[in-house]
Amino acid sequence: MNVVVLTKWVPEPEGTPKIGDDGFLVREGDGALDPGDEYGLEAALQLVETAGDGEVTLISMGPEVAHAALQRGLAMGAHKGVRITDDGLRGADALVTAKVLTAAIERQEFDLVIGGVESTDGYTGTVPAAIAELLGVPSLTFARGFHVSDGTITIERQTAAGYDTVTSPLPAVVTVTSGATEPRYPSLKGVMAAKSKPVETLTVSDLGLSAEDVTATQTVTSVSDAPPKQGGEVVEFDDSTSARIADLLAEAKVI
Amino acid sequence: MKVWVWADVTPDGPAPSALELLTKARDLGDDVAAVALGPGAKDAAAALGEHGASTVFASDDEVFVNHLAQPATAALAGLVEEHSPDLILFPSSYEARDVAGRLQIRTGSTLMANATDVLDAEHARTEILGGTKIVDVELRGPSPKLVLVRPQSFVAEPSGGTADVVEVLADVPDELKTAERVERHEEEASGPRLESAKVVVSGGRGLGGPEAFEQLDKLAAAIGNAAVGASRAAVDAGWVPYSYQIGQTGKTVKPEVYLCAGISGALQHLVGMKGAKRIVAITKDPDAPILKIADLGVVGDLFKVVPALTEEIEKRRTGS
Repeated sequence: MNVVVLTKWVPEPEGTPKIGDDGFLVREGDGALDPGDEYGLEAALQLVETAGDGEVTLISMGPEVAHAALQRGLAMGAHKGVRITDDGLRGADALVTAKVLTAAIERQEFDLVIGGVESTDGYTGTVPAAIAELLGVPSLTFARGFHVSDGTITIERQTAAGYDTVTSPLPAVVTVTSGATEPRYPSLKGVMAAKSKPVETLTVSDLGLSAEDVTATQTVTSVSDAPPKQGGEVVEFDDSTSARIADLLAEAKVI
Repeated sequence: MKVWVWADVTPDGPAPSALELLTKARDLGDDVAAVALGPGAKDAAAALGEHGASTVFASDDEVFVNHLAQPATAALAGLVEEHSPDLILFPSSYEARDVAGRLQIRTGSTLMANATDVLDAEHARTEILGGTKIVDVELRGPSPKLVLVRPQSFVAEPSGGTADVVEVLADVPDELKTAERVERHEEEASGPRLESAKVVVSGGRGLGGPEAFEQLDKLAAAIGNAAVGASRAAVDAGWVPYSYQIGQTGKTVKPEVYLCAGISGALQHLVGMKGAKRIVAITKDPDAPILKIADLGVVGDLFKVVPALTEEIEKRRTGS
């Protein structure tokens, strides 16, 4: 069982993101493996451990600092990493990202490609389906539970009203929701071992793609401040608070 | 300009998003069509026409819902090739995201997600960082441009039109049917739907566990026409089902009053509720970001505030 995990480095997930003068998110300084990717990585590790053979390969597109995301994933237990770093990918949109990641995936042996539902910084959420279309395989999105047997994956697919049970032959692309697994914390041994695990660094041309292939077809033309919402009053809870809230509900004509 | 709308439909009717997007599409183009695939599609055509579609490409065939996104993508790609729309608006639903992501590969066209407004076929707008920044985006390259729009970005208004229904053939090749939905499970919450309730009462990490949601249920019952929601933290912790989730990865609500307890106000949550007319936030953290946008912020122990408020409302109701 070989699993490719899509891993993204994102600026410090708990911090306040910064927008540069060019309208792009500032992708330098402190950052981490996208917390949304850890659930999928945990899923991959469990599947390979259960199968008893195979490897988990991390694939990440991003600047050099994205190395930190791969190191985290390797420390959690992934076997190897691939990082695609190229100045030509600055400002890459969803289509470019899908093409680049797919080209890197196609160099690997894989039964499954696992990703998060959407990234914590971009929230696009279409890249896994686009990758599946490029690979010509099914995309099983929003898995909140999963198991593999006899070359078939079965997932519980989250829906607006509950969930669907969905099956698919392998290979397939799966996206895993947060809460589907409990990501393990890297052990000290894992952190040490990660340093000697192989990480391949590739450019766009290494992947056989041209500059035209990776030209974004959307551009941010302006970033402006939204009109701030006027904050109201903040009070400490006391005996009069319930009446204050109830008055507000009455003003809104909902009680 | 030819503007199409991807209409999510069920046998119960078209999704609200379909009517919202058609209302917008009427402003953008003179030739508006909807694509509706799956059981309920043809019955939905009247409502779709009434909201601005002059043509509805429709099929009631179950193949479009039983095998995930591949059959629908193939059918939509065929229609696009035949009719060359300039722009397709998609809702931000599970199915639509997958279909749009796949269609992009077939057409080689650009795809923008999370749009909050569409200006024309080449320009759309989004909000980032919890709605604190407005970003204008230019779309280039091959048509159709594909735009996934956030829920409730537009208000649906009927225009009184009717639509011609054009049957979409469901001759989907077997290799696109290998993934299969084998069972459906509904775990719908009781009471009014989150998206249409006048009041939303929601809880987050500060509730500390599933039992505390009973307090919110009691408060919602006292208010009446109130739905209970949750932040992602509470859903991820398994305290309530995902159908409760409000925020970027959950539902978008715009109630008359949004009353939340134990929610700090992460950007991901704010996106889903900042459109509420009035916001009441109960939190023990005086620095919680939610207090910056609340009309009334209460700093205190939610286990005291919520029961006290419930009692006050019941008292007013009975007039005692």
